[in-house]
Amino acid sequence: MEFPEELKYTEDHEWVLVEEELVTVGISDFAQDALGDVVFVELPEVGTEVVAGKAFGVVESVKAVSDVYAPLSGVVEDVNEELPDTPEMVNTSPYDDGWMIKIRPTDNSDADNLMDTEAYQAHIAEEK
Amino acid sequence: MQKTPLNQLHRDLGARMVEFGGWDMPVQYAGVIEEHLAVRQAAGLFDVSHMGEVEVVGENALAFLQYLTTNNAARLVDGQVQYSALCYPDGGVVDDVTLYRSSEQHFMFCVNAANTDKDFAWMQQVLADSQIEGVTLRNVSDDYAQIALQGPKADEILAQLTDVPLEEISYYHFVEGEVAGVPMMISRTGYTGSGGFELYLPPATAPEIWQRLSEVGTPLGLVPVGLGARDTLRLEKGYALYGHELSAEISPLEAGLGWIVKLDKGDFVGREALQAQKSNGIPRRWVGVRMIDRGIPREGYPVYAGDQQVGLITSGTMSPSLKVGVGLALVETASAVLHAEVEIGVRNRRLKAELVRTPFVE
Repeated sequence: MEFPEELKYTEDHEWVLVEEELVTVGISDFAQDALGDVVFVELPEVGTEVVAGKAFGVVESVKAVSDVYAPLSGVVEDVNEELPDTPEMVNTSPYDDGWMIKIRPTDNSDADNLMDTEAYQAHIAEEK
Repeated sequence: MQKTPLNQLHRDLGARMVEFGGWDMPVQYAGVIEEHLAVRQAAGLFDVSHMGEVEVVGENALAFLQYLTTNNAARLVDGQVQYSALCYPDGGVVDDVTLYRSSEQHFMFCVNAANTDKDFAWMQQVLADSQIEGVTLRNVSDDYAQIALQGPKADEILAQLTDVPLEEISYYHFVEGEVAGVPMMISRTGYTGSGGFELYLPPATAPEIWQRLSEVGTPLGLVPVGLGARDTLRLEKGYALYGHELSAEISPLEAGLGWIVKLDKGDFVGREALQAQKSNGIPRRWVGVRMIDRGIPREGYPVYAGDQQVGLITSGTMSPSLKVGVGLALVETASAVLHAEVEIGVRNRRLKAELVRTPFVE
């Protein structure tokens, strides 16, 4: 399982790529593996306000429905329009083609509270 | 938690394990969709050793079975299997079962794992109340492991390990025979709708038989299959699962299983209630739901006709074969019209769906 060093992670297993203006959000390799085959993804519309810790979308595997939580508060600036047609990209490419939304954060410094790779791996080890 | 004789093997194969009906069972190996499609296109190997078995033996075995079950057990011949149900006096379902006839005085039930103890107690109670003599009931669940070999390649795979003429075993029939030198019951039955066999074998021999089937089957596309794909396979075919489509609160008539309820065969437990239900009109019907909008119907989601809630989804999934959300729903009879458009309440939205006949997949 891979957890790229350039990303930050949440306790709910989202990953976050923090860039100057926008942050990109998806779910981690651990999360996609735990879910199994992803067959449905529901994402918010551009312009939607999201709140840190609140669900912004849904991923469904064959068997289960799971919420995806916003890592930071802000406004959705972009969504991955290809995911609803190819939800399996969440499994095959969780950090790349499987990205979900881009948020313009209200306060970029909120990202400082997220976990780095090492902390996230420790978090996973604890959950197991 | 109970473990089947194949538990270690599943772990060695890297299966993800879950608790199911008190058993530690594999839910998936490579992935639900891959396993599902392998069964439809080639073959799959399932550990179903958690299923329960109850023997009914004695000179009045048939008379007792006629009173206990809803289907007509008198129509079984030696070596034949029958799908049937046990009902409560009010018509609710104790369990859905398969009944195997070895001889006129020797039958065996295969029952749902989680219901084994309940079913056995119920059978004992009905036997005592019926005052039928000369019948012995034995819970022989520990005497059998069960492996299901399912899919279009099942015959070709099994034939490599047995001299039994498999082509002579018809659908819902079984024989006693040897597979890889081990005597067992070979039954042409299953829960996938893709053909194949269910093997009832001594628990100690199960790991070896599993391995041998894997060896000869893998080159033909055989893969191990977990409970995840077992559920999607049965759902695509519209097969009922106890606790979802059938329960103590749902009668077999409501569940579309009128064909296993033989009201004219003579008295049986639940007959009066089921007869009344049939005469007065069955209030709810079981129908297939196929999504029009993108989305997946899940158990417990409401079904709407206009503003009115008319039913509930009892099972649902994304069909791996159709790549469309499908489900089974219990719907008020007046609204259970084929090809009617309904709405399913999915989270905070209403999604369009069509009521359809099952199976979803031929």
